[in-house]
Amino acid sequence: MDLPQTELAVADLEKRALQARRLSLAMIYHAASGHPGGSLSAIDLLTVLYFQELKLTNAAFSNWKRPRFVLSKGHACPAHYAVAALAGLLPMRELNGLRKINRALQGHPHVGATPFVEASTGSLGQGFSIALGMAMGFRHRGENLPVYAMLGDGELQEGQVWETAMCAAHYRLNRFCAVIDYNKLQSDARNSEIMALEPLADKWRSFGWAVNEINGHDVPAIQQAFKTFAAETERPTVIIAHTVKGKGVGYMEDVPAWHGSVRLSDDNLIDALAACGVDRQGAAAYLSGAVFEEAQP
Amino acid sequence: MNATPQLIGSSGDSLREAFGKSLVDLATRYPDFVVLDGDVAGGTGTHHFRKHYPARFYQCGIAEQNMVSMAAGMATCAMPVFVTTFAVFSLRAVEQVRLSVAYARRNVKIVASHPGLDVGPDGASAQCLEDLAIYRAIPGMVVLSPADPLEVAAATEAMLRYDGPVYMRSGRSPAQRIFETTPPFEIGKNRVLRTGSDVTLIACGKMTAQALAAADTLAKASISAEVINAASLKPFDHACLRTSVAKTGAVVSAEDHNVIGGLAGAVAESLAGGQPAPLETVGVRDTFGESGEPDQLNQKYGLTPAAIVAAAERVLARK
Ligand SMILES: Cc1ncc(C[n+]2csc(CCOP(=O)(O)OP(=O)(O)O)c2C)c(N)n1
Ligand SMILES: [Mg+2]
Repeated sequence: MDLPQTELAVADLEKRALQARRLSLAMIYHAASGHPGGSLSAIDLLTVLYFQELKLTNAAFSNWKRPRFVLSKGHACPAHYAVAALAGLLPMRELNGLRKINRALQGHPHVGATPFVEASTGSLGQGFSIALGMAMGFRHRGENLPVYAMLGDGELQEGQVWETAMCAAHYRLNRFCAVIDYNKLQSDARNSEIMALEPLADKWRSFGWAVNEINGHDVPAIQQAFKTFAAETERPTVIIAHTVKGKGVGYMEDVPAWHGSVRLSDDNLIDALAACGVDRQGAAAYLSGAVFEEAQP
Repeated sequence: MNATPQLIGSSGDSLREAFGKSLVDLATRYPDFVVLDGDVAGGTGTHHFRKHYPARFYQCGIAEQNMVSMAAGMATCAMPVFVTTFAVFSLRAVEQVRLSVAYARRNVKIVASHPGLDVGPDGASAQCLEDLAIYRAIPGMVVLSPADPLEVAAATEAMLRYDGPVYMRSGRSPAQRIFETTPPFEIGKNRVLRTGSDVTLIACGKMTAQALAAADTLAKASISAEVINAASLKPFDHACLRTSVAKTGAVVSAEDHNVIGGLAGAVAESLAGGQPAPLETVGVRDTFGESGEPDQLNQKYGLTPAAIVAAAERVLARK
C-alpha cells in the first residue's frame, strides 16, 4: 500500500477529491449515520493536504518525526478516512466498517488501529490544542516539521481554540498551520445566527497569526496558501478557507439539515452520486458496497 | 549543567516541594521529560525545576484546557509530559484529560498540588474534594496519592518509568514524615505500614500519618490496628486490602476528599467484590469546605486521628 506520492496536476487532485466525495457519501450511507455536510466542505482541502503537503506513506508512522495533520472537527472523519484510503494509508475495504461494532473506523477519529489518525477528536476545540502540542514538541526537539489542524467555523466558538491561538503566537510556531473550513454553517443554523464570528480574519490577526483567506474549493488557491505557509518564518498561519457546506451535492449545499448525524436513503445516495458524476448504473456498486472492494475506485 | 541533588523531606517539606525537587533530581537520568505550568509554578513546586532546567519548562498561561490537550500532542514526540497545576484547576480540563490524554493513551502525567481541605484559607473555591473520584472514573488513568515527601520522590520516578496517563496528588502543608529512606514504589501496590489484627485503617495522602497516630491511640485501648498506605488508588491493590481484612474483619478508610468516590469508593468496591466486611469512612461528608487554617478545618470536618479512632470503634461494634 506504500505508493510513492509525487507532485500531482490540479486536474488529478480534483479527480481524487471527486472520488473522495463519492466514497464519503457511500460510507455515510452504509453506516446509516454520519455528517455529510462538513465532510464535503472539507474534501478539497484534505485532498491537497494529503497528496501535496503531507505525502505520507504507511512506513512514516513508525517514526515520530513525520509531518502531522489533526482533524479537529472530528465529525468530518468520513472525508478524512476516504482521502487517507485513496492515499494508500488505509485498506479501501475498511471504509465499509465506518461506525460499526468491532471495526476500525470509529464514528469520530480515534488513535489506535488507524495510524494516520494522529489524535482522538470529536469534542470540538481539543484537536487544535493537540496539534499545537505536536508543533511545540517538534520545536522542543529541534525538528522543522509542519503541523496542520483543520477546524470548523462553529468550532471557533470554543474558548479552548483561543487559548491555543494565543499560545501558538506566543511561541512563534511558524510551522503550525490552522485550516478553517469556513462553510458558514454549524449544527443547527448559520454561525451568524448562533454566535457571530466576524470579523474573523481580524480576530486572528490581532492574536498574532498570519492570515490567508482563500476559496477552499479552488485547488490552485489551496496549493498557493500552503506554499505561503511554508515560507512563513515568524508566526503561525491560519488559512481561512471559504467553503460551501455540502459542496458538490446540490441538494445538500448550504442546508443546515445535512450537517448530521443523518441517514441517507437509497435515493439520497443515488441523487448525491449523480451530482458527483456517477450515473444510476455506476451507483449500484456504491449501494451494494462493492466499490469498497476495488483498490482504487 | 546538572543540578546538585536536592534535599527532599528536610525541614518540613510539603509534598509539592518534594515533587518539584524530585523533578530536578530525575532530570538527568530521564533527559526527555518536560514540565508544563499554568502560572502556578510557585505553588506546585515546579519552580525548582524551572530554575535548573528552563529549556524543559513550558509556561502555558492560565489556560488549563489548552495545557492538557497540548501535553497530549507533545507526548507524541517521544517525551513524557508533566502537566502541573492546582487540583481544582485541573478539573477545568477533565474532558481534555479524558479525550486528548486518556482515550489516546498519551504519556502525560498530571500532578496537582492543593488537594482537599489542606488548601486552607483560600476557601472552598480552591479546595479540591472531588479529584480522586473523577480521575478514578476515567478508563486507563492511574491515580496516585502518596503520603510522605520521600514517597512523592519514589512515585515521581515510578510515573516516569510507566508509559501512560497518570494523575497524582501532592500537598500544600508541611508534610509529616513517615519514611526514613525513600520507600520502594510500584504503581498498583500498596503497603502495610503497621501490622495489627483487630481493624484495618487504610489511608492516603496526608491522612496516612493521621491513621498511624490513630493506631497508636487505639493500641493504648488494646485495639490492634493494621495501617495500609493506599498511595495507589488506581490500579487498586485488592490483594493487600483483602489479606489484611481476612485477618481483621473491619475497615476504616481515611482521606482528605469527599467520602464519595475516592479512597472510600475504592475500598468499598474492593470489599464488596471479594472480602465483605464492615467499613466506616473518614473524609469530608459530601459538603464544600470553607476558609480556615488546615488544622482548624481538619478538626471541624473530622480529618483527625481522633475521628479515625471514633470510626474504628464504630466499625468494631459492627463486626
Ligand atoms: C465540545 C462540543 N460541543 C458540541 C458538539 C456537537 N457538535 C458536533 S458538530 C457541531 C457543529 C460544528 O460546526 P462546525 O465547526 O462549523 O463544523 P462543520 O460546519 O464543518 O461541520 C456540534 C455543535 C461537539 N462535537 N463538541
Ligand atoms: Mg461550519
